[in-house]
Amino acid sequence: MDGFLTLLYKEVLRFWKVSFQTVAAPVLTALLYLLIFSHVLEKHVKVYDTISYTAFLIPGLVMMSVLQNAFANSSSSLIQSKVTGNIIFMLLPPISYRQFFAAYVLAAVARGVVVGLGVLLVTLWFVDLPWRAPLWIVAFALLGSAILGALGMIAGIWAEKFDQLAVFQNFIIVPLTFLSGVFYSIHSLPIFWQQVSHFNPIFYMIDGFRYGFFGVSDVPPLLSLGIVGACFIVLTLFTLRLLKSGYKLRA
Amino acid sequence: MNPAIRIEQVTKRFGSVQALAGVDLEIAQGEFFGLLGPNGAGKTTLISALAGLVRADSGKLAVMGHDVVADYRAARRLLGVVPQELVFDPFFTVRESLEIQSGYFGVRGNRAWIDEILENLDLTAKADTNMRQLSGGMKRRVLVAQALVHRPPVIVLDEPTAGVDVELRQGLWQFVRRLNRAGHTIVLTTHYLEEAESLCGRIAMLKQGRVVALDTTANLLRRFSGHTLRLRLAPGLSLPEALKPHVAGEAEGELAFALESCDEVEGILHSLRGAGCRIDDIEIGKPDLEEVFVRVMNSRT
Repeated sequence: MDGFLTLLYKEVLRFWKVSFQTVAAPVLTALLYLLIFSHVLEKHVKVYDTISYTAFLIPGLVMMSVLQNAFANSSSSLIQSKVTGNIIFMLLPPISYRQFFAAYVLAAVARGVVVGLGVLLVTLWFVDLPWRAPLWIVAFALLGSAILGALGMIAGIWAEKFDQLAVFQNFIIVPLTFLSGVFYSIHSLPIFWQQVSHFNPIFYMIDGFRYGFFGVSDVPPLLSLGIVGACFIVLTLFTLRLLKSGYKLRA
Repeated sequence: MNPAIRIEQVTKRFGSVQALAGVDLEIAQGEFFGLLGPNGAGKTTLISALAGLVRADSGKLAVMGHDVVADYRAARRLLGVVPQELVFDPFFTVRESLEIQSGYFGVRGNRAWIDEILENLDLTAKADTNMRQLSGGMKRRVLVAQALVHRPPVIVLDEPTAGVDVELRQGLWQFVRRLNRAGHTIVLTTHYLEEAESLCGRIAMLKQGRVVALDTTANLLRRFSGHTLRLRLAPGLSLPEALKPHVAGEAEGELAFALESCDEVEGILHSLRGAGCRIDDIEIGKPDLEEVFVRVMNSRT
């Protein structure tokens, strides 16, 4: 096994060993959201005229879980390694900064996808989803989790303490995901807030992901894919630069 | 033959602190080399620069002829570092930690060697124990094992015996000596000077980011330390005038004479007998590295 594969394996093993906390817990959280919101809103809200609220909500919750867990994986792994000092085990071997990046991001994608599948599995029997365009589902899940994985790396590299990471998570990631149209279609918002939502990249991830299930979306899926793809490229380049410079990792 | 380690004009500044102020050092293959100096002298920074954990501001470092920046992959494969901090990954067992570390270096099918290291470091019984459940000394052994997992020809140990009990310390040194005899180059930093004295063939002393002494251990001892004669005269007696210029120090009635060699003892004793001085207590001190260290650090170099 070379350095990259080992680092990927180690990162996956790390969350898998504590999967009760890293997989089961977020699945339960998503399930609770679904039970509460669909109970309260199922009879009052119809989205795109034809889709029941519960059906609409499920892809949103799946994608939210994918994104939040991808971020949590890379960010918490890095900050733990930094705080405990065992990051040295990864800095001493001949692992290139590109391999380092790829391993952390792919492990984040793996965690995101595993949690996403878990949420899908436990919510499946609530409602029949039409699965209109599965390739879009896969594309947005992979790109979205890779983006949040990269963001998690940036946060994990930047933060020196756990509470700094919590700030990043609670004041950036959580608001961006909650206000991205997980729980509502942005067409239900006043014009001003609709426009504001268009500046939220996570909105496009959720919207494109949902398109894969229903074949309808707030914005054309190709536009979403373009924006999400561009975000991925920009964040990848930025993270690679950070790693190459050794910022906060190699003094 | 390339030297195991070549360090040329290396400088490193952290903010206002000049951690390394132009270090030159060459360590030949197969040496057992000691890097000594007080806290903050730059030992760990130098090791970190060698390992790629810290980037030198200027100068060059190479491991077995491979530059640690331009050719970092080769350089890192040839270097094993036992870090000073007692770090571990709480998610894994001892064996998992070693297998993962082995994989990072791209070494496949390493089970036999891992078993051998575990055996040599007395860790076999703990192989499947989670890192969290190990004592400090055990964790230290795992750190040593992790540094050896890719069979590096050059091994750097940064204060490996800090806070380690006597038994482990001796076991560890036996193992490291064996590695050295098998051809591995060993670089050691330690605050236990008697350890450095008995283990290292050559020693560099660092002070404020500079090498202030570099020589074989034997030469350093000869140059900066010698035999000392300490004695206490019976109460009421004073030293004959002829001997007074030879006294190197006096503390609580104990007189110390610095000797070039042991032969001088006889002359001093002869003078004392001649003057009728009775001796209450006498001791001959051998040269030691601690004295060398103190002298070098206190001199204005």
